[in-house]
Amino acid sequence: MPSLRPFKRPAPNWPDYLARRAAEARDPRLAEFFAAGQLDPEMPIGEAPLVALDMETTGLDERRHAIVSIGLMPFSLGRIRLAERRYWVVRPPRPLVRQSVAFHRITDSEIEHAPDLDDILDELLAALAGRLAVVHYRHIERPFLDAAVQARRGEGLRFPMIDTMSLEARIHRQSLWARFRRWMGRPPVSIRLHNSRERYGLPPYQGHHALVDALATAELLQAQIAARHQPSTPIGQLWS
Amino acid sequence: MDIELLEIREHLARFAPFDALSDAQLDDLVGTIEVAYFKAGSEILALGEQIEDLHYIRSGAVEISWRNGELFNRLSEGDIFGHFSLLRNRKVRFPAKALEDTLIYFIPGERFHQLCEADEHFAEFVELGQPRLKSVVEEQHKSNDMMMTRVRKLVSRRPLMVEESTSVQEVAQRMNEENVSSALVLSTREGDPRYQFSDPDGQSWTLQGIVTDQDLRNRVLAEGRSVSTAVAEIVSSRLISVQSDKSVHEAMLAMLRNNVHHLPVLYRRRPMGVLHLSDIIRYETHSSLYLVSNIFHQPDTLGLARLKPDVRQAFVRMVEEGASSHMVGSALSTIGRSFTRRLLELAEEALGPPPVPYCFMALGSMARNEQSIVTDQDNALILDDSFDPAQHDEYFAALAQHVSDGLDACGYTYCKGDVMATNRQWRQPLAVWKGYFSEWIDQPRPEHLLHSSIFFDLDSVHGEEAFVEQLQDLVASKASQSPLFLAAMARNALGRTPPLGVFRTFVMEKDGKQNNTINIKRRGTAPMVDLIRVHALACGSRAQNSFERLDDIAKTQLLPAGTGDKIRYAFEFLSMVRIRHQAIDLQEEREPDNNIAPGNVSDSERHHLKDAFQLLSNAQKFLKFRYPMPSRR
Repeated sequence: MPSLRPFKRPAPNWPDYLARRAAEARDPRLAEFFAAGQLDPEMPIGEAPLVALDMETTGLDERRHAIVSIGLMPFSLGRIRLAERRYWVVRPPRPLVRQSVAFHRITDSEIEHAPDLDDILDELLAALAGRLAVVHYRHIERPFLDAAVQARRGEGLRFPMIDTMSLEARIHRQSLWARFRRWMGRPPVSIRLHNSRERYGLPPYQGHHALVDALATAELLQAQIAARHQPSTPIGQLWS
Repeated sequence: MDIELLEIREHLARFAPFDALSDAQLDDLVGTIEVAYFKAGSEILALGEQIEDLHYIRSGAVEISWRNGELFNRLSEGDIFGHFSLLRNRKVRFPAKALEDTLIYFIPGERFHQLCEADEHFAEFVELGQPRLKSVVEEQHKSNDMMMTRVRKLVSRRPLMVEESTSVQEVAQRMNEENVSSALVLSTREGDPRYQFSDPDGQSWTLQGIVTDQDLRNRVLAEGRSVSTAVAEIVSSRLISVQSDKSVHEAMLAMLRNNVHHLPVLYRRRPMGVLHLSDIIRYETHSSLYLVSNIFHQPDTLGLARLKPDVRQAFVRMVEEGASSHMVGSALSTIGRSFTRRLLELAEEALGPPPVPYCFMALGSMARNEQSIVTDQDNALILDDSFDPAQHDEYFAALAQHVSDGLDACGYTYCKGDVMATNRQWRQPLAVWKGYFSEWIDQPRPEHLLHSSIFFDLDSVHGEEAFVEQLQDLVASKASQSPLFLAAMARNALGRTPPLGVFRTFVMEKDGKQNNTINIKRRGTAPMVDLIRVHALACGSRAQNSFERLDDIAKTQLLPAGTGDKIRYAFEFLSMVRIRHQAIDLQEEREPDNNIAPGNVSDSERHHLKDAFQLLSNAQKFLKFRYPMPSRR
């Protein structure tokens, strides 16, 4: 868990960043992706094409660990469409650490026959293009994807993300009420995926499967917007 | 299928109508589902709106209303809605609102229609709004519902909730205004954590208990308390509640076990309604429970006679639900007794109060709690010893006639052997009865033995139970001391023997003759009952039911070890064969009887039948050996 700063960090200027990368990218697929990914920060969340993204990795450090699976669940505020789901198991360059195998329930043989991330990257980019990504805890998905693409295509991959954990932290960690609770010596409210979902009456799902977690994240965002925001809230206020 | 959707698939598979889909159908369905979240209070379906999907509640709770906004139904996890509109013109007929934070799975309309086409069960389930087919099989589905239908389906309105400081008068007024018979009492104090909940405004409450009409009568009026008494003072500390997702069956058991008529229904810890006994009875109109209460509400014999089809229906359903012969037998006996008792009440209303105390007693299968659907009446009257025939017999003759005619009208045909209270011989004072019983035991002549085998299964139905108990005591103490009587009864019990075997198309008799049918009562259950009765008389048992008699016999050394259990098993099996075949007769709209054609017996049943008959035959041989004729000196 990273230390969460009590002040609100200014969101990066994503439109400028994406425009610059679209112009500079050498890899044609990456260039296409960045060009398509230009979403207006003023767009209401209720109209935005969204995609929940989750990855399972062999560890927490993108320099030492690797991605083993990726789940995508395209959705809108109104509907999550299971029919459009995407899921890949990918072969990490390093042999799997046994402990993490148990964690993800992805077996050696599954990994053995899986493609390298590079082989599915174009498909992944196409599925992400034009949609705003939604993750729970962006500090895994963003650096791992960035590092993995950097290693394969010589340039990184970063894009705006709505982080449902940050949205939860804004309420339960950074609000006046949250600081008051801390001052009272109450334990902080858990903002992990499962606990966050529970607060909105969402059912428990079996965790640690990239696609199930992507579905769980999509549902959580729908609930957070219904409870705390409006369909008219501009995406620029939600992404980070 | 993709393993990642197992989560969703498994959930669907737990609930009807999806539980009946094939794996392939489910796999196919799951991939097409769409999901959305609805915050508590938000609208899911608006009246008149176009509907595209079947709605499935993954979690949460949903309220469905009529057009006029009145509550129509309340649904939760695993329930579906929207199908009525989808099946018609795709315009929302019943608006839906999220009662709790709710996650909905949408099944595309196209898939829904495909499933209706492809799967009969599915179509049947979603079309249940239409009138039910009147078939017995359908009735069977309905009875299974009782095990599966959740309590929340029976809750039609929110509970009346009052704070504990409210005066009993105000509570009564509000109950009157809202036309309810109970109110839930809440407190802001911390109490039993199982009953703590918070309302939509975030206020936390503890459910303290329930106050009913009866409490207002018994604890306020009867005890002379002031109308300003706080309701907290009269709330009992014992709170029996039920979770909204429990089955109707479980709710019924909770009521019976705790002897309460009101059950607060909780969704997790929040009260969502109160279930009253009448809600269950209304729901389960064909259960034997309802039947019995219905019997006591009939104003005349005609009304009682009209219940005959209901009795048959209750019987078939019990069999379908897998009831044992003991359960079926005692339920039917209870029903038979209720008919008799109601007829006696009606007779007393017509004839006036009885001039001397009496006991109306049941004999034979009703006394043993082993009644079947094919049965005649065996009854008698024990009158008080102050009975004077010249003065009183007219009354009791009329009473007996009324009951006997009524029972006949209700399907309990007149006894061919005239063992009925209408027969003057069987309408006598207690002293005369004692004389009869002693004589039969002391002088076991054939005629007396026949009487013994009928009258020594006896139980009271109405009136002075003590009269019957005295006779039961007499039999229990005297018969066991009379070896001659026991030996004669044992001989008498050998009159009816089982066939040698049952083959695919015929019954093989001991003399090599072949028959087309077998009377399972005469050749199986009745000789078994006779045999058990002899051992029961020998050990002084006061039990009337054959299984209970076997329990008493097991405490003695009368039977070789293990034999009692074998007899029990064989008796249960023979009884069930009889009961099952009668249920099949009813289902196929034939008049049920005791005859079984071997062709209608399954292979495994035939095999067991042969074993059971063999066991009966052996047990009969043992009887002769166990109770030999004492040598006369």
